[in-house]
Amino acid sequence: MRQTCNSDGGVGSTENVKARGITIFSIFVDTPTAAPNPETKLLADFKKDTHLSKVYLAGREYLNEEGQTSVSPLIGKIMQQICTDPTLCPEYPSSVGLPEFTRRATELVLGRDCHAIVENRVLGVQTVGCTGAVRLGAELLKHWYNVRGVWCGPVYLSSPCDDSLAGIFEAAGIQDVRRYRYWDTEQRGVCVQKMMEDLEMAPEQSVIVLSASAHCPTGSDLSQKHWRLLTQLMVRCRFFPFFLLPAQGLCHGDFEQDAWPVRLCASLGMELLCAQSFSHSFGLYGERVGHLLCVLKQSSTLLAVQSQAEKQVRALWSRPSVGGARVVATVLSNPAHHVEWQEGVKSMVERGILVRERLREKLRLLGCPGSWDHLIQQGGLYCCTGLNVQQVEFLEKRRHIYLHPNGCLNVSAINSRNLDYVAESIHLALTSVF
Amino acid sequence: MSIFAEVPQAPPVAVFKLTADFREDTHAQKVNLGVGAYRTDDCLPWVLPVVKKVEKMIVEDNSLNHEYLPILGLPELRSAASKVALGDDSPAIKDGRVGAVQALGGTGALRIGAEFLRRWYNGTNNTATPVYVSAPTWENHNAVFSDAGFKDIRPYHYWDGAKKGLDVTGIMDDLENAPEHSIFVLHACAHNPTGTDPTPDEWKTIAEVMKRRKLFVFFDSAYQGFASGSLDKDAWAIRYFVSEGFELLCAQSFSKNFGLYNERVGNLTVVAQDKDNLARVLSQMEKIVRTTWSNPPSQGARIVAITLNNPDLFIEWKGNVKTMADRVLLMRDQLKDKLIALGTPGTWDHITQQIGMFSFTGLNPKQVQYMIKEKHVYLMASGRINMCGLTSKNIDYVAESIHETVSKVQ
Repeated sequence: MRQTCNSDGGVGSTENVKARGITIFSIFVDTPTAAPNPETKLLADFKKDTHLSKVYLAGREYLNEEGQTSVSPLIGKIMQQICTDPTLCPEYPSSVGLPEFTRRATELVLGRDCHAIVENRVLGVQTVGCTGAVRLGAELLKHWYNVRGVWCGPVYLSSPCDDSLAGIFEAAGIQDVRRYRYWDTEQRGVCVQKMMEDLEMAPEQSVIVLSASAHCPTGSDLSQKHWRLLTQLMVRCRFFPFFLLPAQGLCHGDFEQDAWPVRLCASLGMELLCAQSFSHSFGLYGERVGHLLCVLKQSSTLLAVQSQAEKQVRALWSRPSVGGARVVATVLSNPAHHVEWQEGVKSMVERGILVRERLREKLRLLGCPGSWDHLIQQGGLYCCTGLNVQQVEFLEKRRHIYLHPNGCLNVSAINSRNLDYVAESIHLALTSVF
Repeated sequence: MSIFAEVPQAPPVAVFKLTADFREDTHAQKVNLGVGAYRTDDCLPWVLPVVKKVEKMIVEDNSLNHEYLPILGLPELRSAASKVALGDDSPAIKDGRVGAVQALGGTGALRIGAEFLRRWYNGTNNTATPVYVSAPTWENHNAVFSDAGFKDIRPYHYWDGAKKGLDVTGIMDDLENAPEHSIFVLHACAHNPTGTDPTPDEWKTIAEVMKRRKLFVFFDSAYQGFASGSLDKDAWAIRYFVSEGFELLCAQSFSKNFGLYNERVGNLTVVAQDKDNLARVLSQMEKIVRTTWSNPPSQGARIVAITLNNPDLFIEWKGNVKTMADRVLLMRDQLKDKLIALGTPGTWDHITQQIGMFSFTGLNPKQVQYMIKEKHVYLMASGRINMCGLTSKNIDYVAESIHETVSKVQ
C-alpha cells in the first residue's frame, strides 16, 4: 500500500487519519503540481531580489510616474457617491450584467450610430474582466458555431500573444488552437505578409483572434490599409473575427481610432465578437470590469444568442459583480464625466509616448545598435524591444531589470527615476550578449 | 448567413420567469414568494448595517489600491472564510491542510471545484465519474457540473413528498449503491429547495457510508448563519465530516449572509490530507481560475475579509445575520399558527421543522397554479416558497390564500 509522505517528514494528521481507519492515500495523491504561472514566478523572483536599482517591467497594470497604480479623483468621487447612494440596492444583477453598463460599453466600441446597434443586432454582456469575456466568447463559439456541423476550431492566435489566451480556449473545450505569424523580430514590427500567408492557409470557419489596437504584448498594430486587406481576406475565407480590446483609448488617446478595426468589420456587415476591459482605462483592475460584445448578422437571432450566453454565464459565475461596472456606467453616461475621463486617458497616453521618445533618444545617444523607431511606432501599454532570450536573461540576472521572456515590457513602468538605468542596461545587453 | 442563425432559445429559468410574471401583475395584494433573496418586513432588500459601515471604511481608505487580486483571491478572505466554515480551532486548519480559492459567489466556487474534480479526481479527465445531486436540488447544480464536463449527473433520493420530510431510506440506498468514488453534492444546511436537513444522527450515518464506499464529499454552503442564526450550528455537518478525516471541497457563498448578492463573494474551501496534497491541488485550481476569470473581484471580498477579521465587526455581523434568521423563524411560526387557526386541511408542522430561506409547502402543481392565477401569490411549481417574501403585512393574506387553495383544489 502506497504511503503518502508529508514533505516535512511530520506524521501529524496522517497518524490521526490512520487511527480512524481510513486509507492513508490522499484522494489527491495523483494530482501533479501545475507548472507555475510564468508571470507569478517572475514577480516572485523580483520581490526576492534585493538589488536597490531593480525594476519590474513585466507587469499588467498601468503605473503612473510615481510607479503606482491609481484612480483619478473623479473615479474616487464617484465611488464615494455610489457608496452613500440610498437608492442602490444589493440585488442580484442579471446574468448579462447592468444594462446601463453594457449599453455604454457597446456604444464606446461601435459608436452610437453604428448600423448594427440601430438594427438591434448587437448583444452586450458584462463579464469578469477581459478573461471572462474571452472565456464566454469561446464557450459561445464552442457550443453554437454552426449548429448543424461539429465545429471545434481552429482558433488562430497571434504569435506572440497574451500567454493565457490559448488556455482559455482550451478550457472552453476548443483544443485546436493555432498561431499566425505576427511579430517579426528582424523588422521589429508586424510581418503582415507572413500573417496573411498563414491565414490564407487556414480552413473555413476558423476563428481569428485579433488585437484591435495596442497589441499585447508587442504594442505593434496593423495599419488601416492592412486592416482593410485583412478584412477582405476574412470575408473571402469566411473567417470569424474575435477582437481583443483591453485598453480602448490607451493606444492613440482616441477612442474611435482604437476601435477602428472593429467598426470597420461591423460596417462591412460582418459578425464578430469583441472582448473589452475597463481595467486600464479606469484603473479599476481589482474590480474586473469586462464586456463581451457580439455583433450579429440578423436581429432575429439576438434573443436566442442572449439566452444561450445567459445560460453559459449561469454555470460559470452566475452573475458578474456590479461595483466596478457601476462606476464605469456612471462616467460613460454623464457627458461632463465622460469628457473628464477621456482627458485623463489622453494624459496617460501622452506620458507613454513621452517615455517611448525619451527611451529611444537615450538609446540613440548611448550608440545602441539597431533602429529604435519601433519604440515610438508602437502604441499602448506594451512595447516589444526586440531583445532576444539571452539578452532578456542578462537584464534580469545582471541588471535586475525584469522583462517578459519574449523581450516585451510595460512602458508605463519606466519613469524619470529609472529611465537612464534601463536605457544603459539595454545598451549593455545588446553590446555584450548575442 | 449568420453563424448563429440556428441557435435555439434556451429555456427560461423558472424562478426568473416567475419574478417577471410577478412584476407584470397589477393586483394590489400580489405577493412574490419565488425569489431567493432576503427581504425586510417592508419587503425591501436589506443592506446589512455592518456592510454599510465597512463599505464606508473602504471608500475612505486611501491606502487601498485597485490592483488585481492574486489569482487565488484575497488571502485574508480565503483564510477567514475557511475558518468560518471549519471553526476557529479547527485541527485541520492548524495542521495546515486547509486551503481556499476565492470565487465568484457560490456558483463560481462550485464551478472551480467541479472543473478540478473533472480533470484530476478519480483518474485524469474522467468525465464518467458519476455526480449525484439531491432530488430536488438547486437547479444550477446540474448545469455547473455538466458544463465542467461531467457526463453522468444523477439524482439521489432526498425529499419524501408523502411524509413531507427527508427520505432517509432513499438516501442510504443511493449511497450504498453508488459506484465507488462517485461525487455527492451535499447541502451543508438549509437545503434548497426543501428546507429539510438531515439530523446530526442522520449525518453521522451518511458519513459512515460515504467513508466506507469511498464517495467524494462536495458541500454546498450558501446559508451559514442564515439558517439557525448560529454560524457554528449551521456548519456542524461540514465540521463533522472534517473531523472524521474526510478530504472534501466546500463551496461557500456570502451572498445571503452578507447580503452581498451583487458583489459575488464566494470561497472554495479545500480540505486535504496534508500540506503537500493541498499545495498541488491549489496549484491546479489556480490554473483553472486563470482561464475562467483570471483574478476574482476585490470589492466584496474586502468587505467580507475586513468584517470577518475584526472581532468587533465580526460580532456585529453575527448580530445582523441573526436578525435575518430570526425574522424568517418568526414568519415560519406565524404562518404555521395562522394555518392551524384557520383550520387548513393537512398538517403544517413541516413549516417550522424546515429551516433556512425556503419551505417546501407540499402544495401540488395544480394548487400552485391556483395560488398564482387566483390569489396572485407567486411560488415555484414545486411548492417552494421563500419565507423572506412573507411580511407582517401580507402573512394573513398568504395564509388565507393557502387555506382557500388547499380547501378548493386537490
